[in-house]
Amino acid sequence: MSMTREPLLLVEKLRKHFTLHLQGGLVLGVLDDVDLAVAPGECVVLAGPSGAGKSTLMRCLYANYKPQSGSIRVHHRGGFVDMANAAPHDVLAVRRETMGYVSQFRRVIPRVPAREIVAEPLRAVGVPGPEALARAEAMLARLNIPPRLWGLPPATFSGGEQQRVNLARCFVMAYPVLLLDEPTAALDAANRRIVLTLIDEAKRRGSAIVGIFHDEEVRDAAATRTFTVRPQTVSDTTAA
Amino acid sequence: MSAAEPILSVRGLSRRFGAIAAVREVSFDLWPGEVMGVVGESGSGKTTLLHLVSGSLRPDAGTVLFRDRQGAMQDIQAMSEPARRMLARTDWGIVHQNPRDGLRMNVSAGANVGERLMAVGARHYGNIRGAAEDWLARVEMDLGRIDDLPRTFSGGMQQRLQIARTLVTHPRLVFMDEPTGGLDVSVQARLLDLIRNLVAVLGLSAIIVTHDLAVTRLLAHRLMVMQRGQVVETGLTDQVLDDPQHPYTQLLVSSVLAA
Ligand SMILES: Nc1ncnc2c1ncn2[C@@H]1O[C@H](COP(=O)(O)OP(=O)(O)OP(=O)(O)O)[C@@H](O)[C@H]1O
Ligand SMILES: [Mg+2]
Repeated sequence: MSMTREPLLLVEKLRKHFTLHLQGGLVLGVLDDVDLAVAPGECVVLAGPSGAGKSTLMRCLYANYKPQSGSIRVHHRGGFVDMANAAPHDVLAVRRETMGYVSQFRRVIPRVPAREIVAEPLRAVGVPGPEALARAEAMLARLNIPPRLWGLPPATFSGGEQQRVNLARCFVMAYPVLLLDEPTAALDAANRRIVLTLIDEAKRRGSAIVGIFHDEEVRDAAATRTFTVRPQTVSDTTAA
Repeated sequence: MSAAEPILSVRGLSRRFGAIAAVREVSFDLWPGEVMGVVGESGSGKTTLLHLVSGSLRPDAGTVLFRDRQGAMQDIQAMSEPARRMLARTDWGIVHQNPRDGLRMNVSAGANVGERLMAVGARHYGNIRGAAEDWLARVEMDLGRIDDLPRTFSGGMQQRLQIARTLVTHPRLVFMDEPTGGLDVSVQARLLDLIRNLVAVLGLSAIIVTHDLAVTRLLAHRLMVMQRGQVVETGLTDQVLDDPQHPYTQLLVSSVLAA
């Protein structure tokens, strides 16, 4: 029998809806009883039509969205942290050390140069300044960001350049759990291949990955398994 | 930030002004290295809460416990007045919204910083001058202005001087009330970058009161949303801003362009 590998990410009975108080309390159901387990070396690709709730699920995993009920247990420092219920400082520790996230729409930190943005997560776990910068620059170079841009804040970068800075910031760390929401949407074929290589390396290192990829080629190359997120019907319940 | 025990523990804090319940039943813990933003419209009780927590105003009910350097939890109200004042000088720093409230306007910039050190026992003139210069440089002040009076400075410079004066004694907990309020947008941006760096490098625990959600996005790890003296929502900063739960928080978030 092959060695069973304990999941690094374990989602159980996750429910998420939005109550739009400014729209008369309209309730938008999105996730209903989602169960998902992701083992080391796996890349689970979320499938489902636009608006089904793929990004919502991913944001819940990162504790950027707050689910109504259920649990999201992440293997962290030899134990498990439930991202759905953990205190902010515990969530931040998981984000610092264990879980990386590249979002569909990433906010750029104003006025901070690209190389600092990429070095920041390394510094946050205690990597000394010069080493952090060197590793940041190496990752930027790997993602084809020309050195003349390293000292500039990404606010004025092209969409693809900004996305690659975000990718560099994530892949500069060897996170055990990776969340990738359309990480190649703004990239050309050559850069998409680089991202695929990075994903492959992460899988071989034993990271547990959850991804959303619109590009079929990327999806087929990255996925070890597909998980379908089913759209919920919008209920017209009005909050009291 | 993963220390096992909070540096500050607040329970059931309440305070009325006549008929108005300015702060009602507020409880929270602050962890070492954690920056908490307190947001809400004007009059929601943010500044009153800051005064209650920092001991400059007495609550009608509730307790504030602060972990001292020896690791013991001190009840702020139960402390003697001199002990509390010593704590305020050594372990706490307060950055006021109006720099005039935190600076002495009739002594030089260098003396404003040096004075704080002398208040905690520094005596050697050369060391004090050296530390003052070091801190003025850290807040990006022109050292050529070290002997000038703060009233000859712009608002942004005054605020940076106040920050230097506050941080020179290495406080463990810093209270900031609208630290970027009343400044030009470009000056605000520079000040925010400065605070963001200092807080990260020094690993400060801080409570920052502001009505500017963009400020909290940059500076705060977590948020507490106040409405009419009560806490209506708390949580991780990005969660509260991106997925606000309470009707008041949703209104607050939707009223700004891009926080
Ligand atoms: N913060 C929010 N507040 C209110 N509704 C939201 C919020 N975020 C997402 N939604 C709603 O949740 C539903 C699911 O959106 P989500 O972004 O998760 O879809 P998706 O499957 O990722 O779609 P796409 O493939 O287009 O990216 C949509 O109806 C969306 O409008
Ligand atoms: Mg999406």
